Amino acid sequence: MPYIKLDSHLPGITGLLETRKDTAQPIRDLTQFLLRGQNTLTEAERELIATVVSNGNECRFCTTAHTAAANLLLGEETTCSLVKDDPDTAPVSGKMKALLHIANAVRVSGKNVTPQLVDRAKSEGATEQEIHDTVLIAALFCLYNRYVDGLGTALPDDASYYNTLAQRLVNHGYTRLPQGYSHIRP
Amino acid sequence: MAYIELSNDFPGIRGLMAYRPETAHPLNALAEVLLRDDDNTLSRGERELIATYVSYLNDCFFCQNVHGALAGHYLQCSLQEIDDMKMDAQGAPLSDKMKALMAIAASVQRSGKAVTEEQIAAAKANGATDRELHDTVLIAAAFCMFNRYVDGLGTWAPKDRNFYVNRAPQRAAEGYIATNLFQ
Repeated sequence: MPYIKLDSHLPGITGLLETRKDTAQPIRDLTQFLLRGQNTLTEAERELIATVVSNGNECRFCTTAHTAAANLLLGEETTCSLVKDDPDTAPVSGKMKALLHIANAVRVSGKNVTPQLVDRAKSEGATEQEIHDTVLIAALFCLYNRYVDGLGTALPDDASYYNTLAQRLVNHGYTRLPQGYSHIRP
Repeated sequence: MAYIELSNDFPGIRGLMAYRPETAHPLNALAEVLLRDDDNTLSRGERELIATYVSYLNDCFFCQNVHGALAGHYLQCSLQEIDDMKMDAQGAPLSDKMKALMAIAASVQRSGKAVTEEQIAAAKANGATDRELHDTVLIAAAFCMFNRYVDGLGTWAPKDRNFYVNRAPQRAAEGYIATNLFQ
C-alpha cells in the first residue's frame, strides 16, 4: 500500500507522475534530455548508469525497469547483470567503467567523488560533458529511487509489466504519453 | 576548482547551470514548483527549511547556506536560529506536523526505504495531508539530487555565510526561473 492515495492504478514512479503532473513535468523533461537527448554516451550507456545507481539504492522498481530498458537497447542481458555487480568485470569500455565508478560514488554522496576518479575517467577518454552528465544522471536517480520508495509505491503484480515499460522507454522515451496511461494495467 | 572546466566563475549550482543550460531549465522549474509555488499548504519558509535540513544532512555547504538563508528570510529567523533548527529539528520551535515531516525528510535523506509506516502515521495524526507528505518526500529526494550534483562535480562555494543571507531577499523575490541566475 502506498503511503498516500494515488489516483492511479499505476505501480512505481508512473502513479506518482500521473498524480502530480505539476512536479512531473520538469522531472520528465530533465530525464528525457539526459537519457534520450543528443549525447556522446549511447542511450544504453546512460541506462546502465541509471541501473547501477538504482541497484545500489536497492530500489526494486527502478532497478528492474532500467535493467529491462538497458537489456532491450543492448540486445543482451549479460552486460547489465555484470555492471551491477562490478563495472570492472563487465564488457564495457574503460571509459564506461570509470564513469560507472563515478556514478557509484555519487550514489553514496557527492563528496565521495574524488579527483582520482575523475582523472581516471578523463584518461580513459571521457569528455567533461560526459562526466557532468554521469554525475547528474546518478544524482537524478538518487531522487527517483527515494521518491518511489519513500512513498511506498506498489510493485507491478506481473513481471511482464517491466517488459512493456521498457519498450515504452525505448520507443517513446520519458515524456508523458499523449493518450495518458488509463489503458495500462499493473 | 570544479572537476570539469565550466568556463565561468559562478559558485555552486549556478556554475553548473551556466555550463549546461539544457539541464538548468528543468532543474530550476522543479525547484520553483516545489519550493515557491504558492498553491501549497506548506509555506515557502517550511519548504525551504526541509531543503536546508536535507542539504545539512548531506553536508552540502553551498545548498544548506543558499536555502538556509531563504528559510531565514521567509520565516524571519536569524542564521543562528536556522542552524539550531537543522541541528536539532525535533527540539526546534516548530509545529508537531513540521517536526513529523522533518523526521520523514531525514529518513528520505538516508534512503527511501528508511521511511516507516509509523512516521507516516505520526505525520497524518498531526494533520499532514497526502499532498504535504508527497511534497516533503519529493523535496527531500530532490535535494539528494541537487546536493550530489553540486558536490559530485567539486564546485566552489563562497565561505562567508553572509554572502547567502545578503542575496536571499532578492532570490526570494525573483524565484528560481524568472531571473538571470548568472548575475
